[in-house]
Amino acid sequence: MKVLVVDDEHDVRLLFEQKFRREIKSGEMDFSFAYSGQEALDYLRNAAQGAVLILSDINMPGMSGLELLKRIKADSPVPPPLVMMITAYGDQQNRETAMQLGADDFLTKPVDFNELKTKLKSVG
Amino acid sequence: MNVELIIVIIVSLNLQKGFQTKTESPRWHTILSFIIYAAAILFVAGLIWSKGAQVLLWMAHALTLYLIYILFTEKTFQKARSLLLAITPFVIAILFDDIFESTGITPFKGWANFINTALLFATIWMFVMWIIINEQNKTLEKERLRTKEEEERKKLAETMNDKLEATVRERTAELTRQKDELEHALSELKSAQAQLIQSEKMASLGQLTAGIAHEIQNPLNFVNNFSELNKEMLTELREEFQKPAALRDDTLGNELIGDLINNSEKITYHGKRADNIVKSMLQHSRASSGTKEPTDINALCDEYLRLAFHGARAKDKSFNSGMESIFDPSLNAAADGTGKIKVVPQDIGRVLLNLLTNAFYEVNEKRKKDIPGFQPMVSIKTLREGDKIKITVSDNGRGIPEDIRKNIFQPFFTTKPTGEGTGLGLSLSYDIIKAHDGAITVTSVPGESTTFEIILPIN
Repeated sequence: MKVLVVDDEHDVRLLFEQKFRREIKSGEMDFSFAYSGQEALDYLRNAAQGAVLILSDINMPGMSGLELLKRIKADSPVPPPLVMMITAYGDQQNRETAMQLGADDFLTKPVDFNELKTKLKSVG
Repeated sequence: MNVELIIVIIVSLNLQKGFQTKTESPRWHTILSFIIYAAAILFVAGLIWSKGAQVLLWMAHALTLYLIYILFTEKTFQKARSLLLAITPFVIAILFDDIFESTGITPFKGWANFINTALLFATIWMFVMWIIINEQNKTLEKERLRTKEEEERKKLAETMNDKLEATVRERTAELTRQKDELEHALSELKSAQAQLIQSEKMASLGQLTAGIAHEIQNPLNFVNNFSELNKEMLTELREEFQKPAALRDDTLGNELIGDLINNSEKITYHGKRADNIVKSMLQHSRASSGTKEPTDINALCDEYLRLAFHGARAKDKSFNSGMESIFDPSLNAAADGTGKIKVVPQDIGRVLLNLLTNAFYEVNEKRKKDIPGFQPMVSIKTLREGDKIKITVSDNGRGIPEDIRKNIFQPFFTTKPTGEGTGLGLSLSYDIIKAHDGAITVTSVPGESTTFEIILPIN
């Protein structure tokens, strides 16, 4: 399963690579990383094979995760990729906005990677 | 006798008038009045009672001698004794004339001529002396009047002086009271100013609370995640080591050990990151020590850029802006401390926070106008220029009109709606930069951009 992780914190990459070490090695999962909303859009436009699932942070400078979600849902081919929002701002308003914009799931930081793993496997 | 009595009356009247006996010496006024009346009676009696001429003559002499006696002995009339000089020769001459005439004795041959001549000279003498004395008296009177006038003037001057002194005392007291009031007002003003500065500081801190929480939350998340991962990897490593040597995957073991070391470093890094944020927050709320200390300017700028961004974002959920930081690598603090610049970090932090908070506010206000293609952007740059450093904070917000630009460093000047700004941020920033012997300037293209430039001396 191809997953695109969007977060302005670079160390997120380490967390995913270590947590999903086995899945990456086995080819069960393929993670790509973008560090801003624009980078994520560029990746989706240019990548030969689009992501099946996008995990995006909300609070990012420039283009926020919510803006990215809106663009992905509007511009992507049918069916659009699944988008899971991850944010430190886990308040109801953010959750509702994300859901209204078409988010498929919503997780709050600190991410429970075991829960995330289960969710990803259920999608895959 | 008649001349003698007229002289007595004139002298007496003169004494009464000259010494103002009516008010100054009533007793002598009465006596002199008695002499005047007596002389007048004798004068009239002499005219109508020729038979008693001798008696009247000696009574007139007695009256004259009494007047001379008074003039000679009485202290009250001491100043009029010069009159004695005038009238005495005449009185003596007339006395001798009457004595010898009544006794019928002729002291020497030609006495009659002699006495007549003497009387003539005594009369001339008396009139001349009278005139001289009168003139002297007039001069003396003038002198007296002048002295009196001077005394009055002196008294007036003294009174005025007293009044003036009283007025001066009054004014001095009033001025002292006003000075005390002003000093009191100044002290209250200083206290109010200190309170305002503290409130402004706390207000900006309040705005940042959410930003700070986010900035602490992020590194703490990493600390938690990396710690959990390490725990899992250690379990995995132990399982690997518990396997028989033949089945053991050494590559995986080494990989896990490498990640464990790397993660420990990450835990330390993110722990320090959170620690720095807490320290900054405490520094910001604490009164400035005013002590310059070597500071990593790039780190300070980066930290406050993030704090201001997250603060603005926490305030308005719809807010977003691009951030750009271009830092001069020569200002990066090395492990040995080189590259650090001596500043009061709390104070420079406050300046950066003010400028960046304003910049984010401005781009957000412009964003609300839904201008097509507008991408909010706030950037911070550092640059070493000889013995100075330049920090530039720019935004592509609404800009500042020229007529407002000249007032922005004035205390309490704000264009923000009531409750959104104290109007002290830029004023305090200006004071802080001045206290660092630096300069802060602003350039702006209304509707397009604003750039604040801070110049700080390195030493």
